Amino acid sequence: MSAPLVATAEVAAVRELAAELAAITTRPWTLMEVCGGQTHAFVRWGLDQLLPPGLRLIHGPGCPVCVTPAATIDAARALARRPEVILCSYGDMLRVPGSAADDGPGDLLGVRAEGGDVRLLTSPLEALALARRHPERQVVFLAVGFETTAPATALLVRQAMAAGLANLSLLAAHVRVPPAMAAILTAEDNQVQGFLAAGHVCAVMGTTELEQLADRHRVPVVVSGFEPLDLMRGLVACVRQLERGEARVANAYGRVVRQQGNPAARALLDSVFEPVDRPWRGFGVIPGGGLGLSAPFRDLEAGARFSNLPGGPEAGVEAQGVCISGAILQGRARPMDCPAFGTACTPEHPLGAPMVSSEGACAAYHRYGRRG
Amino acid sequence: MAEPAPPATARIQLAHGGGGTLMQQLIDAELRRLYADPDQVLHDAARLSLPHGRLAFTTDSYVVHPLEFEGGDIGTLAVTGTANDLAMAGARPLVLSLGLILEEGLELALLRRIVSSLVEAARCCGVTIVTGDTKVVERGKGDGAFLNTSGIGLLEVDEPIDPLAIVPGDQLLVSGDLGRHGVAILAARHGLDLQPPLASDCMPLWPAVEALLAAGVRLHCLRDLTRGGLASALQELAAPNALELQIEEACLPVAEPVRRTCELLGFDPLHLANEGRFLAVVPEADRQRALAVLAPAGGTWIGRVAAAGSGVGPPRGRVLLRTPFGSERVLVPLSGELLPRIC
Repeated sequence: MSAPLVATAEVAAVRELAAELAAITTRPWTLMEVCGGQTHAFVRWGLDQLLPPGLRLIHGPGCPVCVTPAATIDAARALARRPEVILCSYGDMLRVPGSAADDGPGDLLGVRAEGGDVRLLTSPLEALALARRHPERQVVFLAVGFETTAPATALLVRQAMAAGLANLSLLAAHVRVPPAMAAILTAEDNQVQGFLAAGHVCAVMGTTELEQLADRHRVPVVVSGFEPLDLMRGLVACVRQLERGEARVANAYGRVVRQQGNPAARALLDSVFEPVDRPWRGFGVIPGGGLGLSAPFRDLEAGARFSNLPGGPEAGVEAQGVCISGAILQGRARPMDCPAFGTACTPEHPLGAPMVSSEGACAAYHRYGRRG
Repeated sequence: MAEPAPPATARIQLAHGGGGTLMQQLIDAELRRLYADPDQVLHDAARLSLPHGRLAFTTDSYVVHPLEFEGGDIGTLAVTGTANDLAMAGARPLVLSLGLILEEGLELALLRRIVSSLVEAARCCGVTIVTGDTKVVERGKGDGAFLNTSGIGLLEVDEPIDPLAIVPGDQLLVSGDLGRHGVAILAARHGLDLQPPLASDCMPLWPAVEALLAAGVRLHCLRDLTRGGLASALQELAAPNALELQIEEACLPVAEPVRRTCELLGFDPLHLANEGRFLAVVPEADRQRALAVLAPAGGTWIGRVAAAGSGVGPPRGRVLLRTPFGSERVLVPLSGELLPRIC
């Protein structure tokens, strides 16, 4: 009934790749794994302990929960306090702190404890069902995530429009990954020399946007998966390019990612969203860094339904107090560089989003016992 | 003969807890069959004739949501969980009390199913329910039903089973694969349609403990892997003793559907609750004998106990996991609520 946690063949393959990596690495290199899921896998399986000494990994901003600005959380909290509103979102979003609040961390669970109707969804279409079941209430879906989750939101938008539901709206905070990668590369003190790109995002979007990025910035980008073997393959492919002085897109996740991505999902995205400038927590406004509802669907924005939502795009972008989540999300610092890590800031009392989310770098370090 | 099923619309009313006729009807129709001696239900206290010896006594409350899940319900848990707590002390479970807090509006048909589970679980665990109490709270003030059971068991070990009895060199074994109950509850709670459905691992643990004792295995410590899963149990044992528990991750038994669901939702099977699994800490010399007892039901060796490493300051207990790749990480307790991840 129960099999080994990792197949014996995979263990052998990972060890072989580790040996290959050591053999081909002649100089120090600094790589970034973009996605928080990849960060978790590295730390979860201790893969960084298998790397040659000069090869350094820094953790990217690929955690949708982490980069959602405090202002968006504040707006969601304000909505959730209204008696007519059912505010729904994904699990992790409920614990992300907003702007500093007097009543605790300023998260959505706090509003729920006060009596606000805050609900956890696993699929956006559950919001549609909620709206139908509660015609007397206003259902607001806090829609976050990268290009991976945005198609499901797009489906919700189309179905909500088709159904003509007047009691469903969106607080849309979807973000796009390639503009953030460009922002990291153009930062003054950038150290990233190569990327492991997020396989899930590429499964939807394909590799075209990344090809432009690799060309423009002369940086190798290797599409990678999330399993130990996928990550080791990605590292080998990336270091090989760096050692040879190459800078192109390579696909080390061919069993999932096609060059053109998922055309149906992209068409769905394009039909509902358009690129917009968007603040990222820790980064500030990233040009083209978000997906906003395009004109025919803007009536579905919560901002169009409710007046006086707090927080403009500039408000509350940064985290609380000593938290260095900005530097962590940009890969300029590691969780244990933060004076609050594991002391004032823990998963029970997170000061910043990277400690909340299951994809966050601080949560990964804390969860897997990296304390020093 | 079973009572005829109550009409589908029948529900618990406040008066069912009021001490009047309706309460008497509820007891007669639904609750009397819980008791080995049906007349005891009318007394204020149970009179017990227990074997001579040292006793173990424990209590636990059950607030599971939803009330029913694949492989059991709150009734199964309430009996099995408390009986298992006794077994973990090396005690043969004997008698239980049962407190029912029912919410106004609870379907009588559901209550009937829960009572049937209580009866069946008591039979499986070899315990008798000897006394009980029923209250009804207003709609909105309870989650359908809350249950409390307290249990008395007869200690059948000479040396106390206690975390403080663990010493460096001891071996760590689990009695079966991990995480089934947690996944069954998550599936029921979030409407995950797992195909095929995965049943909770809820089962009595005393038979396995009794078999270990009969085989002459010295049990330094036992711990059932309920809330917080194996990770929390290991933490609780490492901390007070300043011991290092070294776990071979490759040896941890996890069934394929549990692994898949965890991968999908971002959970670690080590943190998921079990209701029919335990950790046994035994001396090195007894390892094979213990395995011979536990292996037929899926039990397996998972690691060993060492003295805590020398560092600055007093030694601190910890749980060290060696991954299948040979790397190491420290296992920390789960924090916060289990929430499904976003992508």
